Amino acid sequence: MNQPSYLILSAVIFGIGSLGLLIRRNPLVMFMCVELMLNAVNLTFVSLSRSLGDVNGQIAVFFVLVVAAAEVVVGLGLIVSILRRRPGADADDLDLMRG
Amino acid sequence: MLATTVVEYMTFVVAAMICLMGAIGVVALRNPIHNALSLIATLFGVAVLFVAQGAYFLAAIQIIVYAGAIVILFLFVIMLLGVDEVEEMRRERSMIRLPLALMASAAIVGLVLVSVLVGSREVTGRRTANGALDEGSDINVLGRSLFTDHVFAFEITGVLLTIAVVGAVVLARKAKGDVIDFDEFPIEDDADLEEPDDLDTGGDNSGDVSGDSSGDISEDSSRGVSP
Amino acid sequence: MEKLLWIIPALPLLGFLVLIPLGRKLGEPFAGWLATAMVGGSFLAVLITFFDLLSKPAEERAFDQHLFTWIPSGSFKVSVGFLADPLSITMCLFVTGVGALIHLYSIGYMRGDPKFPKFFTYLNLFVFSMLMLVLGNNLLLTFLGWEGVGACSYLLISFWQTDPANASAGKKAFITNRIGDWGFMIGTFLVWTTIGSIDYANISSGAHGGAFTGATATAVALLFLVAATGKSAQIPLFVWLPDAMAGPTPVSALIHAATMVTSGVYLLVRLHPILERTGWANDVIAWVGVATALVAATIAVTQNDIKKVLAYSTVSQLGFLFLAVGTGNYVAAIFHMVTHAFFKALMFLGSGSVILGMGHEQDMRRFGNLRKYMPITAGTFIVGWLAIAGVPPFSGFWSKDEILAGAWGKGTAQGYAMWAIALFTALLTAFYMTRLVIQTFFGEEKWRTAEVLADHGTEPDDDAGPIDAHVDGHGAHGLGPDHTPRESPVLMTLPLVVLAGLALVGGVINLPFTRSTELLGEWLEPVIGPHSLGVEGPGLFALALVATASSLIGIAFAGLVYVRKRVPAEDVELDLFAKGWYIDSTYARFMGGPGRVMFDSIAWFDQHIIDGAVNGVAAVVAGSGAQLRRFQSGQVRGYAVGMAVGAALLLGYVVTRIGL
Repeated sequence: MNQPSYLILSAVIFGIGSLGLLIRRNPLVMFMCVELMLNAVNLTFVSLSRSLGDVNGQIAVFFVLVVAAAEVVVGLGLIVSILRRRPGADADDLDLMRG
Repeated sequence: MLATTVVEYMTFVVAAMICLMGAIGVVALRNPIHNALSLIATLFGVAVLFVAQGAYFLAAIQIIVYAGAIVILFLFVIMLLGVDEVEEMRRERSMIRLPLALMASAAIVGLVLVSVLVGSREVTGRRTANGALDEGSDINVLGRSLFTDHVFAFEITGVLLTIAVVGAVVLARKAKGDVIDFDEFPIEDDADLEEPDDLDTGGDNSGDVSGDSSGDISEDSSRGVSP
Repeated sequence: MEKLLWIIPALPLLGFLVLIPLGRKLGEPFAGWLATAMVGGSFLAVLITFFDLLSKPAEERAFDQHLFTWIPSGSFKVSVGFLADPLSITMCLFVTGVGALIHLYSIGYMRGDPKFPKFFTYLNLFVFSMLMLVLGNNLLLTFLGWEGVGACSYLLISFWQTDPANASAGKKAFITNRIGDWGFMIGTFLVWTTIGSIDYANISSGAHGGAFTGATATAVALLFLVAATGKSAQIPLFVWLPDAMAGPTPVSALIHAATMVTSGVYLLVRLHPILERTGWANDVIAWVGVATALVAATIAVTQNDIKKVLAYSTVSQLGFLFLAVGTGNYVAAIFHMVTHAFFKALMFLGSGSVILGMGHEQDMRRFGNLRKYMPITAGTFIVGWLAIAGVPPFSGFWSKDEILAGAWGKGTAQGYAMWAIALFTALLTAFYMTRLVIQTFFGEEKWRTAEVLADHGTEPDDDAGPIDAHVDGHGAHGLGPDHTPRESPVLMTLPLVVLAGLALVGGVINLPFTRSTELLGEWLEPVIGPHSLGVEGPGLFALALVATASSLIGIAFAGLVYVRKRVPAEDVELDLFAKGWYIDSTYARFMGGPGRVMFDSIAWFDQHIIDGAVNGVAAVVAGSGAQLRRFQSGQVRGYAVGMAVGAALLLGYVVTRIGL
């Protein structure tokens, strides 16, 4: 398919992901929305790499993947340690940083 | 280049539908398990689109790593923590957030659409000489580029992953630092695990590890994290 | 020698720096010997420079050694450098020479004092500051030395600070000097705004080149006059000098007779290019000098404390110096400064010898016939007396006569009036100095009465002010085994003899007979320019005769009052004079009364308005911070919304700017 379609699709997925990130309160679901956004970006990279004939786009996707994996690991570790102590907490309850 | 055939068109439409449905599912469904499954659907759709673009290696990696490991990890945590209760969508603290979020997201999407539709003719990326893709084995080119141009970043990601693993282990440990080996100290009854519950005061993170009111969950969690 | 000018001030500085940590360990008397050696070495360096300068032709007699740039701030450059020209070397010669003699004397005088090393530490610091003042090649370095000598005089006046009277005397000196310092600073700023530099070389060339308008020059001259009145104890800021007699006598000799008080006069002479550009400011200077000379002389007539007499005498002689400067007679000013250093230091040291010999007694009414017991002291003191009285051929006669002749030679009505007043003052000078000598060294031995024997040393006199009340600490005691005065040790009498010799023959440096005998005038010419008195030959001789006559009349009148007792002393020693013309008490009443109100209101202003403004700013910041912290809700999702909105805005900006 031609390139703009892919870009439009990834933009829409990104929008849905960001909307979900802002609306949902469950930390795990918020995290999943972040993954959605990252996937949208990956899609953009790959489609542009295809149309430009440059492999660096795919390299970028590769690294995004790796970093997303690392991020998920640490993030879930955090969520586990927080929710273990306060089960049923959602993002609005974690407001220790209030000034 | 990109041949526009009916097959490809149909592939794109179907995969796009799957992605979109999955994305909406992640955002809109109530049960976290359902959210995770919708995420898998999206990932799968994206992988299909990768294949359609000729990035076979990445598609494979996407399925294996993303759908096969990351989402599984999500599922584990969901089931571990038992956050499968329905959360209330209505009880928002700040009423302005919802419209603002809608507007911001719509704006982002709209602007990207505008730039894509209007300016896509003027994409001016330069091509690298040794990274040129041709039809065929993208993995060769990917590998070569990875290990020559980007070898430093590649090594760093190794370090990054190590740090992430160590960090996760440290974060998810019990507060006292010792992991209880349940073979040595078998749990007699629930009374051993119950401790005074002062969670209702809120905002208190002081060393209170296993005490909580929902007894089942604490048993599961403490048993879950011992090696 | 040009490259080594820095040695001159460096040696006393080195002495100071060494004595701070090691003074107590060196102890008495090695600390004293070290300090004396440093100043002596400095004197040798000055001598070498002097001869080096002499060997050069007259136009080249100026060494300017530039050490480093102290303040390089844009167009304002101040460097640390030394200017050795005839004027500064003349000052250095007597500063270091007389200073070395006084150091030597102090080793004997301060014997037994528990703070012996500290005394010499301060003395060395003082000499260093004075040398910086004199050798500095710009106003800021002079100011450095100016403040340094002020601080040292404070330290030394209140040396025996356990007595609160001494401490207040020190504070009074410092605070009064501070008022003068204000004048110095404003004057410096004015000079800088006029010619953009504060180097003496540039001031001189700028003034000769006409950079100073009449009004500016007058303003600068008056401001520096304020500074000089503070340091050189003229009206209205002279009140600190008599009180400063609370310090040890060598301090009085060094600081208040020979060196520090002359720094005001030096400053004015150094800035003479500016003074030559003004009109009536010079007259102000001269009148201040003449008035001070007269008032101080009248007060000195009534004093009973030997050091107070000498103090007021110093103020009076400084008035003469100001008169000379005001009449443009700079050579005479320097000449009299030099001779005054000799005989006044001689007399102060002599009085110290007497005080020590009498067991710390300072009231002259308890002296008498001391020449029998302290012959060397008496002999040298008499030389100093004749010098200050202006009896030829002693040095004081030549220098004072030069000043008087210069006043007459102006030819104006003011000039004649000043001459007359100065002449009368010279008469008074002879009178009260003779009175001092008669009461101290001649006459009946008033200290033999039993009541005096019983309480010698510590009884304060009502008009004598704070005396050196250091009974606890000072061990040296001049009274012999049967309570008769004894002559002082060699360490103290040797400087007396040297100074007496200088007071005797010092006049030769500027004898007015012919141009070739006016050595000082010729020596100073590259700096001061050619000078002429306005009176020559026979006129000069007649004036000299009149001056000598007035001195002899003064001496004779004193003999009439105090020896023959023909005229009762009370008729002469008027109450007005004894109370210091009520100047000091007026100041005290003002400071305590309306002055206090003013100070309190200024303090209130500072505390509430200035501090209030500063604290108010802090309060505003804290308050706004307290309001702003409400933005920190701690809600992560709120932050995320903010980020999304921001990202959308940025994206919008980029998209519109690309020009799609």
